[in-house]
Amino acid sequence: MNIGGSGFAALFYKELLRFWRVAFQTVAAPVLTALLYLLIFSHVLEADRQVYGVPYTSFLVPGLVMMAVLQNAFANSSSSLIQSKVTGSILFVLLPPISYAAFFWAFVAAAAIRGLVVGLGVWLVTLPFVPVAPLQPWWVLLFALLGGAILGALGVIAGIWADKFDQLAAFQNFLVLPLTMLSGVFYSIHSLPTFWQAVSHYNPVFYMIDGFRHGFFGISDVAPEQSLAVVAACFAGLALLTLALLKRGWKLRT
Amino acid sequence: MPAMRVAVSFAGVLKRFGAFTALDGVSLDIGEGEFFGLLGPNGAGKTTLISCLAGLARVDQGSIAVLGHDVVRDYRTARRLLGIVPQELVFDPFFTVRETLRIQSAYFGLRRNDDWIDEILHNLDLTDKADSNMRRLSGGMKRRVLVAQALVHRPPVIVLDEPTAGVDVELRQGLWRFIRRLNQDGHTIILTTHYLEEAETLCQRIALMKRGRILALDSTANLLARFSGHALVLQLAEGQCLPEALRSCCRAVRGREVELALERLDALEGVLAILRQAGVTVADLRLQPPDLEDVFMRIVGVAEATP
Repeated sequence: MNIGGSGFAALFYKELLRFWRVAFQTVAAPVLTALLYLLIFSHVLEADRQVYGVPYTSFLVPGLVMMAVLQNAFANSSSSLIQSKVTGSILFVLLPPISYAAFFWAFVAAAAIRGLVVGLGVWLVTLPFVPVAPLQPWWVLLFALLGGAILGALGVIAGIWADKFDQLAAFQNFLVLPLTMLSGVFYSIHSLPTFWQAVSHYNPVFYMIDGFRHGFFGISDVAPEQSLAVVAACFAGLALLTLALLKRGWKLRT
Repeated sequence: MPAMRVAVSFAGVLKRFGAFTALDGVSLDIGEGEFFGLLGPNGAGKTTLISCLAGLARVDQGSIAVLGHDVVRDYRTARRLLGIVPQELVFDPFFTVRETLRIQSAYFGLRRNDDWIDEILHNLDLTDKADSNMRRLSGGMKRRVLVAQALVHRPPVIVLDEPTAGVDVELRQGLWRFIRRLNQDGHTIILTTHYLEEAETLCQRIALMKRGRILALDSTANLLARFSGHALVLQLAEGQCLPEALRSCCRAVRGREVELALERLDALEGVLAILRQAGVTVADLRLQPPDLEDVFMRIVGVAEATP
């Protein structure tokens, strides 16, 4: 799949510039939200509560960072697409000779980058309150990149599927938000009843959060290799599906 | 069609949206360097035809090629050869005019294109707006940017879908001067417009469409000669009325003014003879040359001129 010289660089750059132009909304706001989560949860639950033998607030930070990565990656590709569809400016990327593969990778890469930028922001603003540094940074980077790419690809599908903002909000609120909130961001799944522990293993976001957290503490609910396999398989499946839809021109070319 | 290389070829293009047939076997060749007009009432299929050419819509049957490159099989080359000005006034609100044009250039693989961008901005009178955000531009300015976006990669075939809708006279004149120059430089221009006088003035050949079919395809001069005639406008004197023998060629009555259709100029003598014979006094008369609106009405039959 050759995407060199196919419009990838231009579309990727445009997508980066697009979210950077409104950085208060796309970066600063989610960082502040995550910080508020941390302050409120740490105020309510601090005391001597520990998970994996680390203080709860330290345990919480990687989850909040990864949740920010995932939600913002999804928001980037989906909102860019729905907005350009609603305003009609999607024409500007449909008329040039941009291949469907370049289209996919540009949106996914830009979404992952926004996720990483917001995630980095969340980590940096929480540092003064809860100084947590990754023990194994490569796991952190790998899961953040793959998680951002998965949610970026999901955002491409949602952005193309939705005809109005209301439909996109439904996708986000009834699928993405529950998947991320119920994935172990705020807790270890070992604290759940057996049934819900089993259910959590069917949530791919759980593996993203768990693997990411492993990079910080070297401890996780499942082995990071297993999480990586699940996450990589999810990305491969979603990428193939999205590429097939783009190749068909699904909901973009009549 | 004049003997020249084919710039755009539509071969038996059929496009359906559910039970509705938007294009019903359209076949048409547009020569390289032509200034070609695509006319028809709303819903005729003009924009669908352009969408199929641009790859925004997929044909159910038939094929389309740009300078020999199929728009489906060889879509990347075909799209490089096309510059399309869409009908809708669309823009990306995040960027300035110059950024918009640089990004659009980069989509076509052009990294260093500022000289040409500056020239387009100058020709479209946008130079002082180059660093303005798109949101701050008036409708007419945004329309100019759409034209500029279509031209950034110097496409040999330029398609303008209603480019002057809602645009002031000054811009319209400036835009046509620029488009004419591009046409003289060898660019093929395909124009859809509701302004028939524009098509009549600019286009060498015209296709008239209705309900997804081409009803007439000829040079503008031939269409005018075949389907239009002169109009004789009479100002009847007070209390006079049109003789019965002339009622069949009466197109319109506006107070004491009567408009008669003349198939040929030599029919004028016969009309004057009937008026003389009937003793009708004419206060004033004038002869109007054929126009495309007349051709359009006759062929497309959107409205009937009634006496």
